[in-house]
Amino acid sequence: MWIYEKKLQYPVRVGKCDVRMARYLMEQYGGADGELAAALRYMNQRYAIPDKVIGVLTDISTEEFAHLEMIATMIYKLTKDASVQELEAAGLGPNYAQRDHALFYQNSAGVPWTASYIQAKGDPIADLYEDIAAEEKARATYQWLIDMTDDVDLQDGLKFLREREIIHAIRFKESVQILIDEKDKKRIF
Amino acid sequence: MNSQERVWTPYRGPFDPCPPVPFKTYVVPPNQFITFQPPNLPQFSLPEALKHGTLWPSLYSPYESKFKGVR
Amino acid sequence: MEANPCEPRYYEMLEQLQVLDFALVELNLYLDTHPQDVKAIEQFNQLTYERTKLANQFQELYGPLQNFGRAYSKAPWQWSESPWPWQV
Repeated sequence: MWIYEKKLQYPVRVGKCDVRMARYLMEQYGGADGELAAALRYMNQRYAIPDKVIGVLTDISTEEFAHLEMIATMIYKLTKDASVQELEAAGLGPNYAQRDHALFYQNSAGVPWTASYIQAKGDPIADLYEDIAAEEKARATYQWLIDMTDDVDLQDGLKFLREREIIHAIRFKESVQILIDEKDKKRIF
Repeated sequence: MNSQERVWTPYRGPFDPCPPVPFKTYVVPPNQFITFQPPNLPQFSLPEALKHGTLWPSLYSPYESKFKGVR
Repeated sequence: MEANPCEPRYYEMLEQLQVLDFALVELNLYLDTHPQDVKAIEQFNQLTYERTKLANQFQELYGPLQNFGRAYSKAPWQWSESPWPWQV
């Protein structure tokens, strides 16, 4: 069961009308290392992982959905009032031709999201290392996005999201450590 | 320059067509030095924690935009 | 809705709630890998208390934060009223 909470995790502000950034932000919306991929990856891996780390996967996945909503908010605010000409100038002409101002799970180049972006190996160490790598890749993507804008308000939200990737990676690394340390525990069948 | 940043210089070939970049950088965030967070780390005030994206200063990684203008 | 969601108080209370809830997310993830840290659990419980109090005040003024029976509604049905999080 999930309960939706009618508020953002972080106060997202966009300081200037820059439709160009909306397109690039889609990398974190429906891209390979984006928030949707992260949320779905962890939420699915949790069914075949030792109980000790199910909580971490469930909670980080849930937080990723809050981040997905923050990215959607940024894209929404940047495109809501944009004219067809402005969208075209920002490279979003093909998007307008398909769906007007609607958002879609696709990356910055317009490639639709695919489940091939995520993995479930069923081996807890392999899966957690994939998750750590995913967090570092998302951190890097946030850096490149921050580099592409001088809007300090937009940068502010992106910096928050970048830091969250760093924290998530620590929690996944700790999860690996917890599984390594199982060696000294008694086996009870 | 912040202490989490590392610098490297890409190889310059004799036939490179463009003016060479002087150096490139990458970030080594604090999570690379912690395998397991110790208890009782000092905390930010709660409003500061939200602004920084973490409750713990020692896990905070600053990043500044390299933006130099569009096109 | 009694109070106007565009007034400064709405944004102030919302941010106070975001501040408390963020600390709770951080402590929750930390406790997932540090289940024995009693001091962190105490802080978590204390902030949960403060959060519940503030969320109740906020909901009294601006309508429910959660649906499906997690908050009371006045008439007409408040849940589906604007603004939604991405609109504010």
